This record gives sequence, structure tokens and C-alpha cells, in this order.
Amino acid sequence: MSTKVAYWPGCVSRGFTPELHGAMNLVAPKLGLELVQLNRGSCTGAGVLAEHNQELTDTLNGRTFALAQQVDKAEFMMNICSTCQGAQSESQERLDANAEYRHEVNHTLAQFGLKYEKGIVNKNFLWVLVEDIGLEKLKSLVTNPLTNLKVGPFYGCYIVRPVERLHINDENPRDTYLPMVIEALGGTVIDYAGSHKCCGFPIVTMNKEASLKQAGTHLTDAQEAAADCLVTPCPLCHLNLDMQQPVAAKAVGNDDLHMPVLHLPQLVGLALGATPKELGMNKHVVRPTSIIDWSETVIGSIPA
Amino acid sequence: MPEYTLRIRRYNPETGEAPYWDQYTVELEPHEAVLTGILAVKNRFDGSLGVRCSCRSAICGSCGMRINGQPGLACNTQVGDAIKKSKDGTNLIEIEPMGNMPVIKDLIVDMDAVHWKKVGRVTPWLLAKQPVPEREYIVPRESMVDVTQTMACIQCGSCVSDCLAMEADPEFIGPAALAKAYRFIGDPRDAQHQQRLDDLANDKHGLYTCTHCFKCIDACPKDVAPMSQIMRLRRLAGQDHHIEDVNNGERHEQAFVVLIKKYGILAEADVVPRSYGGNGITAGKLAPATMQQVVSSLPFMGKALLRGKMKVKDVLIPHRLEKSDLAEVRAIYDTVLGREKRLELNLYITGYDEDGEPTTELASDKEGATA
Repeated sequence: MSTKVAYWPGCVSRGFTPELHGAMNLVAPKLGLELVQLNRGSCTGAGVLAEHNQELTDTLNGRTFALAQQVDKAEFMMNICSTCQGAQSESQERLDANAEYRHEVNHTLAQFGLKYEKGIVNKNFLWVLVEDIGLEKLKSLVTNPLTNLKVGPFYGCYIVRPVERLHINDENPRDTYLPMVIEALGGTVIDYAGSHKCCGFPIVTMNKEASLKQAGTHLTDAQEAAADCLVTPCPLCHLNLDMQQPVAAKAVGNDDLHMPVLHLPQLVGLALGATPKELGMNKHVVRPTSIIDWSETVIGSIPA
Repeated sequence: MPEYTLRIRRYNPETGEAPYWDQYTVELEPHEAVLTGILAVKNRFDGSLGVRCSCRSAICGSCGMRINGQPGLACNTQVGDAIKKSKDGTNLIEIEPMGNMPVIKDLIVDMDAVHWKKVGRVTPWLLAKQPVPEREYIVPRESMVDVTQTMACIQCGSCVSDCLAMEADPEFIGPAALAKAYRFIGDPRDAQHQQRLDDLANDKHGLYTCTHCFKCIDACPKDVAPMSQIMRLRRLAGQDHHIEDVNNGERHEQAFVVLIKKYGILAEADVVPRSYGGNGITAGKLAPATMQQVVSSLPFMGKALLRGKMKVKDVLIPHRLEKSDLAEVRAIYDTVLGREKRLELNLYITGYDEDGEPTTELASDKEGATA
């Protein structure tokens, strides 16, 4: 039995990080997820549009929620981007908190025959892995455990703060899920300073020096903690940590930095038997395929 | 009574020794404050332990520190809650001085050198409209309710301690001071909103250096939500005061506004040139500032194109929604941006309602808008 979900891929996963969207599509059936893609949804605003106009952002996101609620028999809505999660959760918080405000937004949506009903369940893929698929099930699906692969978690701000809005609590300690997933996949978790910090991407056009210093510092901290690679559920973090890595390295004076950064579905895909190439890992600026000996760590470690 | 291990970071500059950890075991009830534990250590084990505190009621703002990695007040953090973030899952509570500020001794940091200097930077007093009325100013009630959130700040420095932008750029004005700036920019009695915003937006370490990381929102013991105040300042600077800053802040925001309306989803390749060069006829692509960025991006741009991460086609022809969906997105823009006044909801003021239907008259009903 597969679980049907209304799937919001976001913009970057179909733009600058096409490998993320591809990897998600590849691992979904292996995990028993049936993805119904919300092709009609619009950009979440990534926090920037809300800075311009809250109601505009909330109405656009309300429209996407309403479209998700129309997907027949979908159990919940899922995204693969920390920033989408954060921006959508912010809109949802306001829409769910105040009936008058929700009515106002629905009044605008009514011209397209759409209505947002309070209380949509919208989860990042990371949360789905732990809360819906379950770590035991995930473990049982692993065919190529990530033995000897030392992985540093990198969440992205929007998926760990603010804790109340994201419903991070004793029952669902969502800011601790990445190490659980890495371990379930057979990998080794690397503890380092930057796992819950900001990659710097939001200010890359406004204060480039500080932005690159942030990315460079976290990558260097992970390197010093002997990580083989980082894993992130956020494609925007991926842009600053992977695509900008050559310049981020310069910004912190690290001339020996080659830290591969994997998207979460790529890490899952590897353990579930997909090849690095199928998962688009050759598309990264810092090529994981040329740095890690996958024949040792993953491909060669199929249990007897 | 359960036992808790307090692991306290010690430092005394007079000895010339590096900082070190001291560990003490104290008996406490889970509902007791971490500060109670620290004072027990000071009284029973080591009177030389440096800690600042006074009211023990989360009002004076003296006992800001990091408790198991979380910034906050020791007097309103219960030990039972603190151990939930314990590194080894036991009753261990690690206590450190706040970050982003130099340590004077043990848990005492130099607030003057960082926090107060930054607060002073934003002219934290009312620059009253002239002439000053003989009696009190008369202002609408709502406008004062609006600034109560920033007035709730007790200057404890918890948000400054963990500000991630300040960690990378120590000159950043920071969350506490910018929230304080909103307190006056949101005040109708103040005469210099334009000058204040202009100053903050054009400071290279000002309004647009906030990375939107939410750290200050979770750190604040008084729900001031400094980051939300920073976003409101940006809104006021760009839209109401039309300030085009030297940091690309306003242009970056406008790039999002224009691109989402144009394509529905974000064309990332278009964000950078528009952020540096504006939304003009060449969409910023030929602006000198853009050219400079393109040149400095060559080390990775080439690789990204080579590896199929970016496709030349996508850079030239951005992805977009279907026509009918784009029409809906644009209709939303027209409706919302066509309002006379921006509709904003501050949950600090309104709170969360119980289930129920709206009872008050709505703006759209008033406007007689059609469904």
C-alpha cells in the first residue's frame, strides 16, 4: 500500500538543483510514496515576499494549500525544501490563527473557485521519513548501508526555527531527525558546530562577505570534524554550501576545501540501492562522485 | 529531590589561564530555575563564581546566558526543561556565558562593548515632532498597541548572544537594537522616520544583513520577535519610504515581487542581476554591479553549466506556470496590492482564536468587492 501525498517540489529543485527533484522522484516509489505534483502552485515567497507584503504571500500560499486539499485521497502535503516549509508554515500559522484573516484570504481565492480549509498537514520530506514512514521501515528498506560514510547534518534555518510555529516539541523533536535518519541508513553521524546554523544564502546579494563567511565556516567546521560529506533538506543551503563552495572557501582562507553536500533524497537513494549517477550526484559543483570512494563506502557494502 | 550536574564554563582574565569547565552536583526540584542551581553552587561550593542576577522574575534582564546551548534567562528556565537539551541525555546542564560579546569573568559578559553600543547606534529615544504640544500628544490607540511588542524588551542580550549574522559580521547592528529602532519608527510621535530608515537601510551592516535565521525569535524570553520587527522595518523602508539602499536590499525584494508575478515560480537566474541592477528594461543584466558579480562567480558558474546543473536554455528562458495559473497569481497581486492599506496580522497582538466564524465586518465587504 502506498501513501498518496500532494507534493510541492518548490522552484529551486526544478531550477538550479534539478538533481534534487530527480532524486525525490526516484526514491518515492521505493519508500511507498505516491507523489501527486502540485504543478499549479506558486513560489512560497521564500520569506522575501512576506517581507514585502504578508497578505500577498499568505494568499499565494493559501492558494497552493487549497490546491493540495483538492488532491483526492492525499494523506498530507509534502515539500522537499526547508525554506518552502518555513515560508508555508508562516503563512499557515496566520491563516489558521485568525478566522477573520482566513476569510479575507478565501474571499480573494473564491474568484478561482478555491477555498483553504484550516489545518492542512504540510511536512518536509525529513519529517515524513521519521513520522510517517518510520525509522524501522526505513532501515528495513536499506540495501546498501552507508557503512563508513561520515555524514554531517545541515538542516537550514527555516526547518528548525521558530520551534512553536514548526511544532517542534517533546513528541516530535524535529530538530533532531537528521542524525536519526543518517544512522537508520547505516551511516555515521558527525557532530560539528554548524548543523543548525544559517548557510548565509539569504544575504548573498546584500552582504556577500558575511554570507560566504557563514558557508565557509560551517564547511570548514565539518571538515575539521572529519566529515566525508554534508546532507541537507534545503536546496537553498545547497546553493551556498555546494555551488558557492569555491568562493566560500576563499572567504575563510581555506584552500583545501572539497566538502560534498548531498540533498536528503540523494542520501536516502544511495542506501536504497540507487547509483550516484542516477541520483544526479555528478551535477554538483563539488562532485561527491570524485571525492568519496563509493565502491568502499556504499556500493561495496551490500550485506551478505 | 533529583540531582543535577551543573557544568559551568569558568574564565578569569586576571589569572591568564584559558577558559575551563567546572562541574558541581546540586539537588533541585525539576520546576526550580537554573539560576537557583547556580546560586546554590556559588553559596555552597565556590563564592568566586561570577554571575549577574537581580530580580529572579524575568524582569531585570540581568541573567542572560547559554543553557545547554540555548540562549535565555537563567531565572525563567526550569531545570526540568533545560535537561531536555542535555548532550548525553542525563541530568547534565551545561552553562556558558552569552556569545557574540567578550567575557569579563565566568558568566558575566561585556554588554557595554557590544549590546549597549549597538542600542546607542539607533538613536533610542523619541525625536519629537515640533512644535511639542503644551499637553500630551494624542495618537490612535492601535499605533501604540503596535509598538508594545518592541517595548517588552528587557535588554537581556539573549538575542544578541546567538545572532548568526553577527557571528559572521560583528559590525551588524543586530536584533535587539533593530527591534528598538522599530519602537521609534513605529511611533507616530517621532518626526524622523525617513532619516532613521535611510540610515539603517544604507548601513552596510544594517537592516539588510539579517539572514532571517529566526534565532532571535526563539531566544527572546519576552516574545519581542526581533526578526519580525526587522522585516517590518524593511517593509516600511522599501514601500512606504521608497528607500533604494546601497546594499541591494530593496532591489532584491522587488526582484521577488516582480519575478513571481511574471512567472509564478521563481526564476533564480533572474534574481541575481535584478538584485544588483534593478528591474529596468534589461532586468539588471547590463548593470556594472551585475557584471562585477558575474566575473566573481566564474569559478563555479562554469562548473555548474558544464555539469548540467544550470542549463543555458533555463537561464535565458525561465520556467513558468501555465497561462491560466499565471492569471490567477496576477489576479491575487491585483487584489492585494490594490488595497489602500496593507493588511497585516501580528499574532502577538491578536493572539490565536478559538474555532469559529468571523464576527466583525471585513475590508472586502466594506469595499463591496465581488466574489
